[in-house]
Amino acid sequence: MTAIASRIIPPLDDDNREFWTGGVTGQLHMPFCAACGRWVFPPVLQCPDCLGVAAYAPLRGRGRVFTYTVDHYPFNPEVPVPYVIAIVELVEQDGLRFTTNIVNCPIEAVAIGMPVRVVFEQQGEVFVPLFEPDPDA
Amino acid sequence: MTHDRVERGAIVSGIGMSRIGRKTGIPDAELTLDSTRAAIADAGISASDIDGIATIGDTPIALAAEQLGISTGWTSGSMGHYGLLTPVVDAFKAVGSGAARHVLVYRTVNMMGGEAIQERSDGTQMEVPPAMRDITRILTMHAYSAPNWLAMHLRRHMHLYGTTREQIGWLAINSRRNAALNPDAAYRDPITMDDYLSARMISDPFGLLDCDVPVDGSIAVVVSGAEHADACAHPVRVDAVGGSDGAGGWDQRPDYPKMASTDAAREMWDATDLRPADVDIAELYDGFTYLTMAWLEALGFCADGESGPFLEGGSRIALDGELPLNTYGGQLSAGRMHGYWVLHEACLQLRGAAGQRQVAGQPEVAVVSNGGGPIAGCMLLTR
Repeated sequence: MTAIASRIIPPLDDDNREFWTGGVTGQLHMPFCAACGRWVFPPVLQCPDCLGVAAYAPLRGRGRVFTYTVDHYPFNPEVPVPYVIAIVELVEQDGLRFTTNIVNCPIEAVAIGMPVRVVFEQQGEVFVPLFEPDPDA
Repeated sequence: MTHDRVERGAIVSGIGMSRIGRKTGIPDAELTLDSTRAAIADAGISASDIDGIATIGDTPIALAAEQLGISTGWTSGSMGHYGLLTPVVDAFKAVGSGAARHVLVYRTVNMMGGEAIQERSDGTQMEVPPAMRDITRILTMHAYSAPNWLAMHLRRHMHLYGTTREQIGWLAINSRRNAALNPDAAYRDPITMDDYLSARMISDPFGLLDCDVPVDGSIAVVVSGAEHADACAHPVRVDAVGGSDGAGGWDQRPDYPKMASTDAAREMWDATDLRPADVDIAELYDGFTYLTMAWLEALGFCADGESGPFLEGGSRIALDGELPLNTYGGQLSAGRMHGYWVLHEACLQLRGAAGQRQVAGQPEVAVVSNGGGPIAGCMLLTR
């Protein structure tokens, strides 16, 4: 999809780069610690539990809306309001969640628990992971 | 946490405030001079007795000292374990440990907006506290301001517990009711539930009246060693403090929609024999309504998820209720002094000097809190 306004992108480093750029493949990526059998977020390459190596791997890109807000105030005048900010929890693991936007969906239809799938918005080398209703759920 | 409770060696010996209002156009240094002079006079000491200064925000410490004609001595100036009240708790610990005798603490704000990372008046940026280090990936999602981040907590609370906007509205109504009795409050006209519910949406479920009022102003306190209590007309004693390291940031806490206030409250209660039932006055941070609800639950005034029913009807939290709350009008109506007006008001109430809005029955224990999301600090003060 087309960017509606330029987004603030975190400085990319070895830990987070593949989370932000991995979407070029069409899949969402996060570090996975094979020893603990756990996905690691915020993305770091050292597992915070066992201090072992976590390596990036693709996820299914499916999840549910954990919570959300509808922004009505033009904090950034370049971003048309209203729009939906949400925290999405991924299906792979309890508590594996991050803040994102819900797109391609009427605002009234957004609800906690709604099944969603990842969709990427490209901005240079970065593919920002957003979510839309999951038609297969 | 430290278990030596060195903060118990501190008292709040003086309080002061500048004129506080919307877009006053008064330079921050002038506001700071007014509040600091008032606090020093209230403490019954001279400026030359001050041997420490602590602040965060507008007016650098060196300038505050220069305009009072004093040297800076011991200083502290960062947001840390106790959130915006970190300079106050640092001062408690400084006088309690003998590092200073009289510390001047002030907080000056010039209509600070909702930006995550503030610029100082000299153009330099405030250091990003650890609790805010994951904020850039949240800003990526056009979630630019605290109401965005916190409205998601409230939405989750409503989903889990059935909390309604009609329950939350009592916080706004109660604040305005108390502000009517506070001549320094920014907004003093009464509001109704209809006003609350029909206010324009900011970040749903937060409407305009869920958000606090930016103001210009300065509030100062003098923190002295407890040995000064006999020489002080109205000492307010420090019983316990609590803070948080902000683990889990804005969206990663396993117990979401709880926030760092949960950690801070636990730390505070672990450091005292007082219990929630002993508290006579609650001055709880209300940058947004949900923050006060989270503090009510974190501090144990009601069970998890029950802040909605607790607020309903507004009688429990009224000046003559079982837990008088934000007796000066809160940040929602009086103005956003970022955790310092709650402190000032708790001292006034414990002294019995709050005028028209004084809570009856000589309140003896007050709880003061500040912060939201991964930022939290609280304290128990006694008469």
